[in-house]
Amino acid sequence: MTAAILDIHDMTVAYDRRPVLWNIDYTISEPGLTAIVGPNGAGKSTMIRSVMGLVPMVSGEVTAWGQPAGSQLDRISYVPQRGSVDWDFPISVFETVLMGTYGALGWFRRPGRKQKALAAECLERVGMQDFAQRQIGRLSGGQQQRVFLARALAQQADLYFMDEPMAGVDAATERIVFDLLRSLSEEGRTIVVVHHDLRTVAEYFDNVVLLNVRVVASGPVATTFTSDNLQATYGGRLTVLDQMAEAVQKQKETT
Amino acid sequence: MPGSQTIIVLLGTLLLGIAAGLVGTFAVLRKRALVGDVVAHSALPGLCVAFMLLESRSILVLLSGALLSGLLGAACVSFLKRVTRLREDAVLGIVLSVFYGGGIALTRFIQNTWRSERVDLESFIIGRAATMLQEDVMQIGIVLTIAAVVVVLLFKELKLVSFDEQFCRVQGWSSTGLDGLLMLLTAITVIVGLPAAGVILTAALLIIPAAAARFWTDRLSHMMMIACAFGGLSGVTGTLISARIAGLPTGPLIVLTAAFIFVASWIFAPHRGVLFRAREGLDTSLLPWVAERQEDDGGAA
Repeated sequence: MTAAILDIHDMTVAYDRRPVLWNIDYTISEPGLTAIVGPNGAGKSTMIRSVMGLVPMVSGEVTAWGQPAGSQLDRISYVPQRGSVDWDFPISVFETVLMGTYGALGWFRRPGRKQKALAAECLERVGMQDFAQRQIGRLSGGQQQRVFLARALAQQADLYFMDEPMAGVDAATERIVFDLLRSLSEEGRTIVVVHHDLRTVAEYFDNVVLLNVRVVASGPVATTFTSDNLQATYGGRLTVLDQMAEAVQKQKETT
Repeated sequence: MPGSQTIIVLLGTLLLGIAAGLVGTFAVLRKRALVGDVVAHSALPGLCVAFMLLESRSILVLLSGALLSGLLGAACVSFLKRVTRLREDAVLGIVLSVFYGGGIALTRFIQNTWRSERVDLESFIIGRAATMLQEDVMQIGIVLTIAAVVVVLLFKELKLVSFDEQFCRVQGWSSTGLDGLLMLLTAITVIVGLPAAGVILTAALLIIPAAAARFWTDRLSHMMMIACAFGGLSGVTGTLISARIAGLPTGPLIVLTAAFIFVASWIFAPHRGVLFRAREGLDTSLLPWVAERQEDDGGAA
């Protein structure tokens, strides 16, 4: 039997001794698209950030392809939240995407023709080739998000973690992002997305993790994304009840 | 024709300005500009202790003491930030003034105790570029060479950690190591600048040319070169003015020149300068309305 692509075992993470993630167990054995959903403060971002070692775990173990995840970083790619960098930094769109190739280059070596061709190709995949020389601050939110995606593509990884890539983007970007996720998944890659929009889960994702400090439920969208499970994840929060109803309705239509 | 002492000072302040511009670019972009200020202020007690322990006036001994206590100050900042959970600005303020206070107390103490010898530790407080020695220029040259070699070799790594520290870590780079290296470069640049610019003003050399350079370009490599040019220009101009007009100190004039360049950049730089933006603003005063309309069209499509 081959090792799971990603195996999270007994992961607990705390800030100031307050647990934000509690005993997380989750395994991905097949390539595909997974959404992590849950209310604000459920630990969604923290979950993927701990997997990559950006947030220390109190306990637990994360392996990728049977090895400690920290030793497999060259096969893992990350799209952080847009707000995590200074968009006024003196750097162009193209240079930002080129950063995706740095990991494979290693110390001292500069990106050469091959890396530049790859970066150009990744920019094209997100439809941003016309903006290559522009300073990154002079882009719309959706365009900035696409630059981050292109940078992640340039990492040429097998496992992608994306933190709310659809937050606050325009409709055009959302379509491009979903098409890209779909084609990555068809290439046999694994993508884990922190997602906030319950209405699109059933439409685009294969698997879903319902998270609220603990994993409430996880598995294929068809069997996991049920109104009972959503109720258990979100509790009685009225603001999301409508969204939930709509989401479940939509899922019924698609299945 | 300037005298040979003026030439030494000119060379020293030129090289110091270039080194400060180079290192300062990364310090400013990594948002660690004030670390240089902490190192500079924290260096003073180290200078004094080095003098008292070794009874030496050799500049290398003094500066080694300064470097150690400067780094100790920086270490205190990260330690206090971790254990007290105070905000960074508060911690910087505390460490900087406590070390500086200690340093001032020690300089006075030394001044009164070693009265017989001619000890001039107080010149380290605001600097005394006019009495710069060939030895000082050599040290600045060595530091500039080290900084240039590191930046050339690790340009891509330093760019990465300055822009996106998390992405840097996710790719498996040691961001702690790169930050540490940047910190060390900042510290040695500040320390060799102390005899010329003093503990109070050295950090300004690190910050102002880099901040001014940002107005002129959107490329990191260009920003670095412009910052070096502004730093060197400030050094030379400040030195010439103070050599011309008797009674004007060199260090403060270098900083004032840099500040003048900064203000000029802020006003006149194309694209990012305030004049350019004001003109743009007038031309497109209907912009919000236009943007709104485009959004509506996009939504409908």
